[in-house]
Amino acid sequence: MALPPGVTETDFVDGLAAMRSAVGSEWVFDQPADLNTYRDFYSVLWGEPEEKMASAAVAPANVEEVQQVVRIANERRIPIYPISTGRNLGYGGSAPVLNGSVVVDLKRMNRIIEVNEANCSCLVEPGVSFFDMYRHLEESGSKLMMSVPDPGWGSLVGNALDSGGGYTAAGYRGHFEAVCGIEAVMADGELLRTGMGALPGSETWQQYRMGIGPCLDGLFRQSTLGVVTKMGFWMFPKPEAYLSASVEVMRFEDLEELVEIANELEYANLFNGMPGFSSPVLTRANPIVMAMVPEPEEMNRLVGETGLAAWSFSPNFYGPEKVIRAQWEYVQSRFAHIPGVRFNETGSLRLPISADEMERIHKPRFGIPSLEIFNVGSRGYGDFNPSDGHIWFSAVIPRSGKGIVEANRVMRRECERLGLNLFMFAPAVTCWTRSFVLFAAVPVYKDERNAHLREAVSEIIGICAEHGWGEYRCPPAFMDSVMDAYSFGDHKLRRVNEQIKDALDPNGILSVGRYGVWPERFRAGRDA
Amino acid sequence: MRLLLASAALVALGCGAVAAQQVARTGPGAEELQAGKRVYAHWCAPCHADVPSLAGTMSLAVKYEGSDIPAALEDRTDLPAPVISVFVRNGVAWMPPFRKTEISDADLAQLNAYLTAPLEDRGAHVPLLAEEMVRMQEGGE
Repeated sequence: MALPPGVTETDFVDGLAAMRSAVGSEWVFDQPADLNTYRDFYSVLWGEPEEKMASAAVAPANVEEVQQVVRIANERRIPIYPISTGRNLGYGGSAPVLNGSVVVDLKRMNRIIEVNEANCSCLVEPGVSFFDMYRHLEESGSKLMMSVPDPGWGSLVGNALDSGGGYTAAGYRGHFEAVCGIEAVMADGELLRTGMGALPGSETWQQYRMGIGPCLDGLFRQSTLGVVTKMGFWMFPKPEAYLSASVEVMRFEDLEELVEIANELEYANLFNGMPGFSSPVLTRANPIVMAMVPEPEEMNRLVGETGLAAWSFSPNFYGPEKVIRAQWEYVQSRFAHIPGVRFNETGSLRLPISADEMERIHKPRFGIPSLEIFNVGSRGYGDFNPSDGHIWFSAVIPRSGKGIVEANRVMRRECERLGLNLFMFAPAVTCWTRSFVLFAAVPVYKDERNAHLREAVSEIIGICAEHGWGEYRCPPAFMDSVMDAYSFGDHKLRRVNEQIKDALDPNGILSVGRYGVWPERFRAGRDA
Repeated sequence: MRLLLASAALVALGCGAVAAQQVARTGPGAEELQAGKRVYAHWCAPCHADVPSLAGTMSLAVKYEGSDIPAALEDRTDLPAPVISVFVRNGVAWMPPFRKTEISDADLAQLNAYLTAPLEDRGAHVPLLAEEMVRMQEGGE
């Protein structure tokens, strides 16, 4: 029997027995065949002694059972690790960060508690997937749209908690930004509701996010402080129409102005969909991997030779057709002075989406979940197939032309030097408000290649940190390194997180080690 | 795992998937297979439906290139229940394993019943969720 660290066999056996009483024996798993299904299938430590695996898993059906499980664990100091749908592939999947933790699998808590059409909001449990919500909305004839990430089997709650993103309108597509109201079981087993949920009888839990005093929602983002059992979201009313367009410029030197104007337009709410920034000439060989940005003269020569634009900005619009047409016209007017600028309408439709249109569209832009994204890696572009999975490297970079060029060059150069394959590379993803996030997908294998991959990624984390670029999210194997890079004030951010951790979870049982925050009793093992 | 795959392939070559393809696939299919068909629609179809660009179908098309084994799982007649269970609980390539909180043992038994039933009993292919919802909306107008 694998024991959680710091727990005696007696306490563990006793704890599992108590959990069986709480949730039913068929929902406590401690046999190898079952625990095998909780492994992180894309782990960069797969099959190695350091792989992080569950010692058991427990699947409560409701909040009362979660409270019992947490109390049982807290009394015996058993580390537990909640997962929602467990599909955070590329960022840890359903495995814990601390090897030997007991996974609390919340998939059975799959109730859509409310979709409030008048308030344009919902309240859900963590086991609700984007597929579940979409079906519910369509079958109930809802006027609302849920922003979805690419893989639709994920949890609304889990994805938001890990700061996932989608493609829809601003304020909704950064999924944690759309959260309004959290219920969480704290380490002592008590229930906390944030915002207006703390006021008995309020009808405003999914309206006013802040409540009174410090806003505590952030305590639960990428955190170790509670088991989230309910979460509210603001939802986007389905628009009448959609329009996608592109502004293309023909010189290397035009990038800075392109980004500056685009930023101003977005911050002024003159388009609401997720904008794209790319380089047609540098993605001509592979549409999902931007090549190294060459020197200006060389890039301009390539543009002349191929006829492809140097850079593109792709605004997207949701709204009444008249309004978005006028917005697009205004957007064009702001770039008209750039020599050689080209404007294209790349797609438009009126909702509801027809069966024909459904086959052509990028579904997540319309809040429609699927698993289509997985074709990029299993047998997609590149010569590294078949791989066994992927991880993401995703650093926040400055939102400017200089940011795009520098991040591109540093990543391309360092990945080449380190022999690190990328099958998707975009230095300017814009899911999150006012941000550029560099996205690089790295293929993972279930063999000795992973040791090299770990070393290379760790080195890149350090190199990016030297440039002032920190990751917004990462797989468990790199959480300590990434948190380490946020080092201002002698790591004051981490130290304050540790103080909060020790105060709220004195026995150090919840999500130990997640995003580099360790409770006092395990802190010495941080670098292990 | 490789042994299982190899034996599954041999079974398929022996029983002739080509003949199986000629069976008409219309209607809902046999009543006793509906529960398994729903499990398939929710958990398998998003990657394995009969759409060449989906990850699972794309991978299996490459794997069985040059053979008469169909790429879409719903068209396979060569997969014994234990083989399906091994893939569901262990995963393969990019497909992770499925937990009992997602596909229970009872669900898995129903899935196996569906994917091992004669093709004529399975009825029409399940639609992808988006397709199902669009059809529902268009049908309701």
